[in-house]
Amino acid sequence: MAQKNLPMREALRLALREEMIRDERVFVMGEEVGEWQGTHRVTRGFLDEFGPRRVKDTPISEMAIAGAAVGAAMAGLRPVAEIMTINFAFLALDAIVNHAAKVHYMFNGQFKVPLVIRAASGWGDQATATHSHTPEPIFAHFPGLYVACPATPGDAKGMLKAAIRDENPVLFTESIALYPKPGPVPEDDDFVLPIGKADVKREGSDVTIVTYARGVEWSLRAARQLEKDGIEAEVVDMRWLRPLDMDTVFESFKKTNRCVVVEESLPFYSFGSEIAAQIQDKMFDYMDAPVKRVSAMDVPLPYAREIELMALPNAEKVVDAVKEIV
Amino acid sequence: MAKSKANISKETLLDWFYQMVLIRDFETTCDDLYKEKKITGVYLHLYSGHEATGVGAVAAIGKNDHVITAYRDHGIALARGVDPKLAMAEMMGKRSGVSGGKGGSMHLASREHNFWGGYAIVGGHLPLAVGIAMESRYNNKDSVVLCFVGDGATNNGYFHESLNMSAVWDLPVVWIIENNGYGMGTPVEDASGQPLLHKRAESYGIRDMERVDGQNVLEVYEATREAVEHARKNGPVLIESMTYRYKGHGVSDRSYSKREEELREWLENKDPIQIFKRHLVEQYPDIEPELEKLEEEAYRVVDKSVDFAEESEDPGYEDLIKHVYVK
Repeated sequence: MAQKNLPMREALRLALREEMIRDERVFVMGEEVGEWQGTHRVTRGFLDEFGPRRVKDTPISEMAIAGAAVGAAMAGLRPVAEIMTINFAFLALDAIVNHAAKVHYMFNGQFKVPLVIRAASGWGDQATATHSHTPEPIFAHFPGLYVACPATPGDAKGMLKAAIRDENPVLFTESIALYPKPGPVPEDDDFVLPIGKADVKREGSDVTIVTYARGVEWSLRAARQLEKDGIEAEVVDMRWLRPLDMDTVFESFKKTNRCVVVEESLPFYSFGSEIAAQIQDKMFDYMDAPVKRVSAMDVPLPYAREIELMALPNAEKVVDAVKEIV
Repeated sequence: MAKSKANISKETLLDWFYQMVLIRDFETTCDDLYKEKKITGVYLHLYSGHEATGVGAVAAIGKNDHVITAYRDHGIALARGVDPKLAMAEMMGKRSGVSGGKGGSMHLASREHNFWGGYAIVGGHLPLAVGIAMESRYNNKDSVVLCFVGDGATNNGYFHESLNMSAVWDLPVVWIIENNGYGMGTPVEDASGQPLLHKRAESYGIRDMERVDGQNVLEVYEATREAVEHARKNGPVLIESMTYRYKGHGVSDRSYSKREEELREWLENKDPIQIFKRHLVEQYPDIEPELEKLEEEAYRVVDKSVDFAEESEDPGYEDLIKHVYVK
């Protein structure tokens, strides 16, 4: 398959553009997606290419952006709504949780909500407490919604296209820190990854590191470090928090019998909690050690660089966690 | 009652009368069934008192137009033509219900009637109306969205964001506030700095149709018709329909003893069905036997809807797990 090297933001832009060309029902809406070319430049050039009918700048109205996107999807369009950063998605939580996720069920299948809500996520730029959330697991809590968290530009393209083509609502999160990072991206217009399929990013036999999005980078770096000490880590990139591909995790765990979960988010009621619970429930006979978790610290994020970084996970913390159980 | 400017046929007027009586009887029956514990759950918001607003407004739109409302949705569903049997089965949580027994009283919807549902988060359906109207404009259709809004919903963020967004994009939405005087138990004057709710229109730059007598089906119809034409061509409109809620906010709520005198006044002098009946008798002196026949027909239809619902199956495990996702 022909590939080119692109940063994630360009891979996303390519996917979105291809889908808008492919399907006239697809349109984008959000704050600054048009004239301003997208806060994260994912919709750069779209207003010129597709015009104001399909590229809609909105007022700063997260409740209405999400709610209107639900209505438009119910009516047969395929909105790709951008919430500038996921911190503002809390304002839209009701529309996402109560309507995007429930309308199909509550009305017994009469309406579908083929909606994608894209939201930039993450921390680490001294963005401070209210602008440093990674709440993907909160959204994954609710049946009716899919949650996508790509880690590489290639995955980002294939996953966004899958999300747009699917008939279900998808919360699609994009790590701000990953936007500029390059990687190979298939050029094929129909490169679509399956929804809810994890990807083993590195094979290994001593420990399974389960992670997603930015955690993949730290985990791979940790794995290279561990290799020097003779420990072979397998890195499973979940890619989707819902559907959650536990089969791939279990397959890996049967081989390694040990697991460290690496998450960008907070530790309480988290992605790590879910993975650990499922492993102890289904893999008890294979367990050689407790499941360890590397998460952000259980504090709001401060401004000062020194203590901000202290609160966050990194490759070294992953190495330490692995060494505790291997 | 002012004569209709639109020269509405006798047949149509009789149909409206029938719908209003049907809704009243449906709601009274629901109230009884709730007391008999045949309709269960904590939520049942009755439309009694609002009939002229629902019937008059829905009569002003076409089949290809859209209707969406909040949780006080039974009357709107019936006015839009939803089969009372399927609505009643939903009340009783039966598989044959219009939402398969999974939505309940607050979540009736019928895609085939372009009735987009009842929604139970106050104001939550307003942006959905915006989205449905976006599709109309996107695909160059001339369909309009009629969105019912409770007076209580005018004070949360959804109202502000949705009306503003509809204005920014000149969307074909008729926002019709059903002002029944109370948001749950709180009087409108105690909840709104500006209790003339229609005045909000000006701040969004949308057309203000002011207040309409929500107990007068002809007035509601005339105002909505004008609003619909405006919305189709030019963009959003706001109407404030003044009505009254005969029952509590929901059936499980406390009664408001302070309201008893007020309620008597509305029942005796401002009941929408009595007002319309008087008008019809004035206009057609021999009409009473026809009205009685329609009243009997409505009772019969509601009785049958109860039989249908009672005989229907309960949903099962397969219904529980179906439609979480589109497969």
